[in-house]
Amino acid sequence: MTPLSITHPLGDWIRQQLPSPFAAIANGLIAVIAIAMLVVVTAIFLVWLERKVCARFQARLGPTRVGPFGLLQPVADAIKLLMKENIRPRTVDQLAYFLAPLLPITGSFLVLIVIPFDHNLQVLDPDAGIVYVTAVSGMGILGVLIGGWGSNNKYSLLGSMRAGAQLFSYELSMVLCMLLIVMASGTASLRNIVLSQQGTILDWWIFKLPVAGLVAFLLFIVSSTAELNRGPLDLSEAEQELTGGFHTEYTGISFSMFFLAEFVNMFAAAGLGATLFLGGFLAPQIGWHPVDQLLAFIPGFIWFAAKAYFLIFLYMWTRWTFPRLRIDHLLSLEWKFLLPASLANLLLAATLVLFKWVIP
Amino acid sequence: MISLNRFAGSVSALLKGLGVTLNYIVHPKRVVTREYPENRETLTFPERFRGQVVMPHDENNDHNCTACTLCEKACPNGSISILTTKNIASKRVLGQFVYRLSSCTLCNLCIEACPFDAIRMGHGFEMAGYTREELDLILNKKEGR
Amino acid sequence: MIKADSKLLSTLPPGFALHDTGEDGSQEYFLNMGPQHPSTHGVLKLVVKLDGEKVVEVVPHLGFIHRAIEKMGENESFVQYIHLTDRMDYLSSHINNLCVCMAIEKAMGIGVPERGEYIRVMVSELQRIQSHLLWWGSFGMDLGAVSTFLYGFKEREKITALFEELCGARLTMNFFRPGGSNSDVPETFLPRVKEIIQDLKFALDEFDALLTKNPIIIERTRGVGILPKERAISYGCSGPVARASGVDLDVRKHSPYSVYDRFEFDVPLGKNGDCYDRYWVRMEEMRQSIRILEQASAHFPPDPYRSKEKPNYKVPAGSYFASVETARGLFCTYMVSENAMKPYRIKSRSPNFSNLSAINEMSAGGKIADLVTILSTLDIIVPDIDR
Repeated sequence: MTPLSITHPLGDWIRQQLPSPFAAIANGLIAVIAIAMLVVVTAIFLVWLERKVCARFQARLGPTRVGPFGLLQPVADAIKLLMKENIRPRTVDQLAYFLAPLLPITGSFLVLIVIPFDHNLQVLDPDAGIVYVTAVSGMGILGVLIGGWGSNNKYSLLGSMRAGAQLFSYELSMVLCMLLIVMASGTASLRNIVLSQQGTILDWWIFKLPVAGLVAFLLFIVSSTAELNRGPLDLSEAEQELTGGFHTEYTGISFSMFFLAEFVNMFAAAGLGATLFLGGFLAPQIGWHPVDQLLAFIPGFIWFAAKAYFLIFLYMWTRWTFPRLRIDHLLSLEWKFLLPASLANLLLAATLVLFKWVIP
Repeated sequence: MISLNRFAGSVSALLKGLGVTLNYIVHPKRVVTREYPENRETLTFPERFRGQVVMPHDENNDHNCTACTLCEKACPNGSISILTTKNIASKRVLGQFVYRLSSCTLCNLCIEACPFDAIRMGHGFEMAGYTREELDLILNKKEGR
Repeated sequence: MIKADSKLLSTLPPGFALHDTGEDGSQEYFLNMGPQHPSTHGVLKLVVKLDGEKVVEVVPHLGFIHRAIEKMGENESFVQYIHLTDRMDYLSSHINNLCVCMAIEKAMGIGVPERGEYIRVMVSELQRIQSHLLWWGSFGMDLGAVSTFLYGFKEREKITALFEELCGARLTMNFFRPGGSNSDVPETFLPRVKEIIQDLKFALDEFDALLTKNPIIIERTRGVGILPKERAISYGCSGPVARASGVDLDVRKHSPYSVYDRFEFDVPLGKNGDCYDRYWVRMEEMRQSIRILEQASAHFPPDPYRSKEKPNYKVPAGSYFASVETARGLFCTYMVSENAMKPYRIKSRSPNFSNLSAINEMSAGGKIADLVTILSTLDIIVPDIDR
């Protein structure tokens, strides 16, 4: 864990100005504020994007009234949610009920810390980045579980028990997909994973490992959809069955914490997908010099955002097309299909890596 | 082999579904939304649209109602009350045509009952009011005929 | 003061109680679904006894939207009663109106001219299609595919707009009268029907791609909520619910009213009586309705649209009965007249009440998600159950 390994003009300048402990604190504060801003802006933008995209999928217009193209609609919604009375049912478990909404947003915040947005735009680059990501993303699940349990409502309980069964199972195949990339790139640091994909588009892990990369990418999309609690795998919310699932009893600001965390989580998962499979902040090089130069001229964080938002569009597309699975189908899909498939895929990738049968 | 076939069939069915929704997003012309309060000026109604009951008046503020009370009898909800009065020739004429919008179901039976075309279904559809009294309307503009 | 007996106050049927704790320490529990629940489609309350996610028993509670329509009918004239039937099964209001009109016509011996009959058939079939379209949308939404709701409504909107042009209303039509209909169809009616048929054919293919062939739908509906043929008959189920179980019952075919005997159409029958069959039967019914519409619009007869209107509808003493096939099944009107302007007693037999009564048998042993699927494929309209 060497935060100094990432150089950035601003960070270096602060290090020159202040003695070392203060410089670390100042740098840390800047990083926290930057990530917090990113969380808020991303969440608000994604709420708008989800509503717009969903509306267009459904032959509607979506929000148009507040601000240009309804861009300020989520801001208005956020203000409404903040102003709302925070109703607390009498029979809830106090500590659990108030702790639960904080956990998912913290989890996504912690994931965003290690995501490399650009060459020099990353808060922290732990050597075991992948392990860290899997560890902290579990906090979201914890929040769902605690919230559903603490609400003391049968719908919430059903929702959180479903969430427990679903998220713990799907984490397996998601981790196996990540493991595949770690194995192929020989590093667990997210920054080094990106740097291992330098070259043309064909050097991205999705294409570089023939078949195995693409399969791993698809498995990652499916299992991260389940992790994110999004349709068609949004079993723990399941509006039509459980009214609101784990957040049935939540309102106002505590509900909006769950709600925003869902969107930030989506961004984090999409960013992770882009980092692992689509070359992160690297420009898509096609191997033809003039075009490549032009593409490389665009800054890395724009490429990162473009790739992440492409994945987000995939999430939205599937959500607004497919019906929801039933809980037993969902679990048998994971244990009988996705998990064996990802294990087999891992084996295939290991063979490919061992014999160096990768696209050169 | 069968299960592989089934798997391929499932995947192609899922992809077809994705194709349907994608078709909507790439064709903005398929959006059917009409933005209501903004398009109030350009709203068009079919000729037979059944809004609240109105009584057409001519340029002298006269109407066709003869206070025959056929509409009052036809109304299933008792929404119409005809209050009559006497004119100078001591003939029974319409005093007030009381129409209670709050209990009206817009069923069209009063209009069918009227032999003089004195009332018809208007195109007003924004019928909300703040008090119940606002919904007790008097349709004729002046008493008598 | 009479002391309230808690046993009398309990709305649960006798024997509907939780079992003792099982050997593994598990316990059954009650869950109230509704009256405020996204998938009960209105104010229906289901008391569900659950064992984990497994449904043990379901008891529907009715009466939240009871308006005593039949009692109100005793204080209104026969023609006035027609508009009350709009408010029973509001997605089949034309067909409900038709049933009352047919009973009055039978009582008074009123004939209907050719054009009037054709209008009735075409409007009824359009109504059936728009009801099924709305059902399709809400079925998709109940299963979690929210977009289908909008697609279903988008297609339904075309038919609703046609009804608006036809009779001025979109939901509570009050269009049919004894001897024909309230007014003739507008000139734009036939071209618009043809246009709608074209749009529908395209839309139905799209619907097939979205839901019918979707493996998730197939997984969730095949073998779920099976209603065997004998049970369907003994519960008195009708309409698509009974036909999916293989009960060959369609009033349009077996005791044709209006001019249904002149048209060629099939009655789709299911084999297993599961949710998928109920889904498929409704999708197929839309195609059959399109067939009827095509035949009817090809031979649309000229005027008059209504036989001579009577000054008043004084029904001779006796009891009269008429039955029609609404989008949900068998709808009957039985009226007793004492040679007066108002009925002595009027009774409607609505399909939804009988269809809903089968829910416990269908959903016991399934998951909560299955209960939602079953409720959705029963296609209940709560105001029609309570009346």
